[in-house]
Amino acid sequence: MPSTTHQAIDAVWRIESARIVAGVARMVRDIGLAEDIAQDALIAALEHWPTDGVPDNPGAWLMTTAKHRALDRLRRHKLIEEKLEQVGHELEAQQALIVPDFVDALDAARSDEIGDDLLRLIFTACHPVLSTDARVALTLKLLGGLSTEEVARAFLVPEPTIAQRIVRAKRTLSAAQVPFELPRGEALHERLASVLEVVYLIFNEGYTATAGSDWMRPDLCNEALRLGRMLAELAAREPEAHGLIALMELQASRAAARVDAAGQPVLLLEQNRERWDRLLIRRGLAALERAEQLGGAHGPYALQAAIAACHARANAAIETDWVRIAALYDALASTAPSPVVELNRAVAVGMAFGPAAALAIVDALRDEPAMQSYQWLPSVRADLLAKLGRNDEARAEFERAAALARNARERALLLERAQALGKPN
Amino acid sequence: MRFIIIVKASPQSEAGALPEEALTAAMAGYHGQLAKAGVLLDASALQPSSKGWRIRYHGGRREVIDGPFAETRELIAGYTIIQARSREEALEWTRRFPAPHGENADAEIEVRQLFERDDFGPGDAVEQAREMGAGQA
Repeated sequence: MPSTTHQAIDAVWRIESARIVAGVARMVRDIGLAEDIAQDALIAALEHWPTDGVPDNPGAWLMTTAKHRALDRLRRHKLIEEKLEQVGHELEAQQALIVPDFVDALDAARSDEIGDDLLRLIFTACHPVLSTDARVALTLKLLGGLSTEEVARAFLVPEPTIAQRIVRAKRTLSAAQVPFELPRGEALHERLASVLEVVYLIFNEGYTATAGSDWMRPDLCNEALRLGRMLAELAAREPEAHGLIALMELQASRAAARVDAAGQPVLLLEQNRERWDRLLIRRGLAALERAEQLGGAHGPYALQAAIAACHARANAAIETDWVRIAALYDALASTAPSPVVELNRAVAVGMAFGPAAALAIVDALRDEPAMQSYQWLPSVRADLLAKLGRNDEARAEFERAAALARNARERALLLERAQALGKPN
Repeated sequence: MRFIIIVKASPQSEAGALPEEALTAAMAGYHGQLAKAGVLLDASALQPSSKGWRIRYHGGRREVIDGPFAETRELIAGYTIIQARSREEALEWTRRFPAPHGENADAEIEVRQLFERDDFGPGDAVEQAREMGAGQA
């Protein structure tokens, strides 16, 4: 069997699998079963294409084959009447909800059936009945078209662990009788938040790897970007979908500048901005504008993207609009409050309005239980104290931060700063 | 990895003629598919070479040469940049590119892989927090 055909089948599969699983899932109303049927179609392709050649429209071939198999399966299990009834009920329910423009809705559904199927698949894979780990694995597998082995490699866990996680997730979905449908109204926003969270989690796992020796895992970043771009197209009216992709594009634009030639991390303000990816910045800014046009300027992702955009727009670190960044952190602290956001806000306030104002915010965080072993609190505090000339206190805070540091280089850096402040008086 | 799909010019594109409706629809459909798959990064059609110019470097001097240029088939009429996981995936996407000057017109597209910056390097997980310390979530 020629390996080029195999490679072609593999490529077609990666492009088409999500659509096929989604299309079949709409028929059989079970994503586990849908995936099995889609796999059958792939096996059929592996049997036929090496001898018959790859068809002109391989995606349609796979989809037709899978749908035939789904029909067979439904007939064989005498489920068809029941399922048709269910589909009928749903249509009626839909009609009842949107009577005035039912015809329009049907037209829209026809023109974008595949998009809606894919959205249903994303919402189901990220359903709140599943654990976060399960949502991530299922999303990469079903939407990203990754194999179980690839998901396992990406997260540095043994393949059987991921395989089991996926099997269990599908079982959970069946047991909970999670319907394969698009959430509506208020539920839509809650469920969308769950989807966005999963995508951003995948991105962050790649952007700041929490496991393994590689500091960044670009493949995961790219998978998340792909999912985020998909989502912004499929849920085009949802501002936070654009906010999230804006944030990820802007963060990814800095990837090449985050490490120096020796492999050492480079601070944002010290990065060589010529190494920032202009194409991704342009995409990020456009997506942010879209989120804002849709009235979503105050969504948590849009706000974080707007902060990233302030950095992206500054040609040099010194041109950074800290007053605007501080205002954006104010907004973020009121929509999505957390001690980490508050600490960030303090840093921005310090850059914009001076160390005294910032110190007040940081001091208010000192009793926060979540911040007790967080070395960035004493380190930010130390920096502000040093700027205020309170060297003894600053030195003590740098030393406290050093004791909390997670690795030797970080510790050395903090101790160096402590020493630079001179001997205690 | 990123790839650029380069569409070569035709006498029509060089004349600045708008493409037929069917072709416009095919192109929009294809690019819509790319976008929905999260693969599309950028795309644009180019104005005819009559509106462009060249700079010729010769003997240490620079000379501006105004368009149009004669060698139509060497000219570029548009481009599409995609992000794919593999060469094979890019090949499969480009195979689906609509015939750029109409279904029955002879034409050619050329696909080239972009150089990536030395994207990502090793290190440890300190920078996000450092970035944060510098005012960035």
